[in-house]
Amino acid sequence: MTGKQQPRLEAAGITKMFGGIRALNDISLEVLPKQIVGIIGPNGAGKTTTFNVITGAYRPSTGEVRLDGKAVTAEPSHLIARAGISRTFQNIRLFGDMTVWEHLLVAQPHSDFTLRRLLPTRWADPQAFRRAEEILEFLKLADVKDRIARSLPYGIQRRVEIARAISARPKLLLLDEPVAGMNHDEADDIRRLILTLRDSGLSILLIDHDMAFVMNLCDYLYVLDFGVMIAQGRPDQIRSNPVVLDAYLGHAT
Amino acid sequence: MMSTYYAGLLADVGILLLGALSVYIILATGQLSLGNAGFMGIGAYLTSYLTVTMGVPLTLALVIAAAASGAIGVIIGFPALRLRGIYLAMATLGFGEMVRSFFLNFDAMGGAGGFHGMRHVSLGYIWTWAAAILLLVAILEHSQIWLELRAVRDDETAAALVGLDTTTIKVGAFGFAAAVAAIAGGLFAHHHVYIEPGNFSFERSIDFVLAVILGGSTVGAGALVGALLLVMLPEHLRFLADWRFAVFGGLLIAMLLVRRQGILDRSLFRFFEFRRSA
Repeated sequence: MTGKQQPRLEAAGITKMFGGIRALNDISLEVLPKQIVGIIGPNGAGKTTTFNVITGAYRPSTGEVRLDGKAVTAEPSHLIARAGISRTFQNIRLFGDMTVWEHLLVAQPHSDFTLRRLLPTRWADPQAFRRAEEILEFLKLADVKDRIARSLPYGIQRRVEIARAISARPKLLLLDEPVAGMNHDEADDIRRLILTLRDSGLSILLIDHDMAFVMNLCDYLYVLDFGVMIAQGRPDQIRSNPVVLDAYLGHAT
Repeated sequence: MMSTYYAGLLADVGILLLGALSVYIILATGQLSLGNAGFMGIGAYLTSYLTVTMGVPLTLALVIAAAASGAIGVIIGFPALRLRGIYLAMATLGFGEMVRSFFLNFDAMGGAGGFHGMRHVSLGYIWTWAAAILLLVAILEHSQIWLELRAVRDDETAAALVGLDTTTIKVGAFGFAAAVAAIAGGLFAHHHVYIEPGNFSFERSIDFVLAVILGGSTVGAGALVGALLLVMLPEHLRFLADWRFAVFGGLLIAMLLVRRQGILDRSLFRFFEFRRSA
């Protein structure tokens, strides 16, 4: 890499204690602009905990989270979201009885105290309306626009969740196991989608168990095990790293 | 010419509609309040004080009472943030009873003896308010803010993570609902021209909740249907004499078993919207 680029996201020295348990131990990672970064590791390694610290759900015991160089550590979640970090969840969390269209509309950014929010969106904020329509097209959700999101097939629900996340106009998108439970074709769809999102300027940080998926997609990987960062590097470096193989295949001794 | 009997019933419907809307607004954020009769009582007493003692015109008095009650609603909304479900229901119930016993001991306005001297308002005046607020809610239901309310109800964590300020939304809903309930109280006082603390008891709060659940808890218009049913149905069951409330209760249970979401719901409205646009 030429020179030092300002990272989009920086997590520096994050430790998270739950009682006496050290769930995360001095974790540092960064995501550069337009980079796709993966966090991998066995169950319970602390991957989702890392996401929860970044999005403000947990306050880290020590350490700092910075977005574009600005500290956002343990800010209220909605302010972190507005600063430019959106996420999806491992167990899909859509809004109960909302249609796909309503999911896209509700996540559009808006200022806090304006009359706009009190009037029908269609007239009050045609810009938000148009942006939501673009995202609907972009994620190929136009056909199911007026369906209740939770009644849709699993694979489409994932797309709705991603659509909602990008409706908030993030700079950084966190994806928690985006292809969990998907068949090969669905997973490949999501892979192409993630690449397109990156090309449109987003930085992406994702968690997944599917090694093949992660290796094919990510520019850079971090490997967590029992709350400790045991390795990091490009996919080809990780693939041949004995420490990683050991963590994944079980300890020999 | 409408009989005074029906005029009285319709006035009750209008007032109950406003009370039910106040519950509906809070329920839209996923919070159940069993204390809205408290806000109604605050509205009733404050409006009456302003018109009788201060000589303020009724409309202005209602607006002032709504603003004051709304401010109290916001204050109540903050501790309510820490409570969910049945615990919140209990806390709001406690608030309602607190307000009632305050007026019971508030001798400056009659205490247990009640307060009177208000001038009677017409049915048209009551319904102008009721219709205006129902219309306001119906417009709000198509706005960004209402989507945000629903998002908060469905999944607060996910809502915050797309940038919604869930605290302001929940507290704001409490404030707005308290203002609406206060207007119901002011109109109640000037319809009956006499108020006593017992008018704003727990049963009143339950009536509001019942109207919402019966009429449909996912659309504002449900409050209208619920209020109509709750007032009119027992009247039309009068031929059953003392059994009418038992039969009414039975009908309520049957209705919840068959159609839990209430008589009106959103998919019903969507259905009609589709037909219109088709």
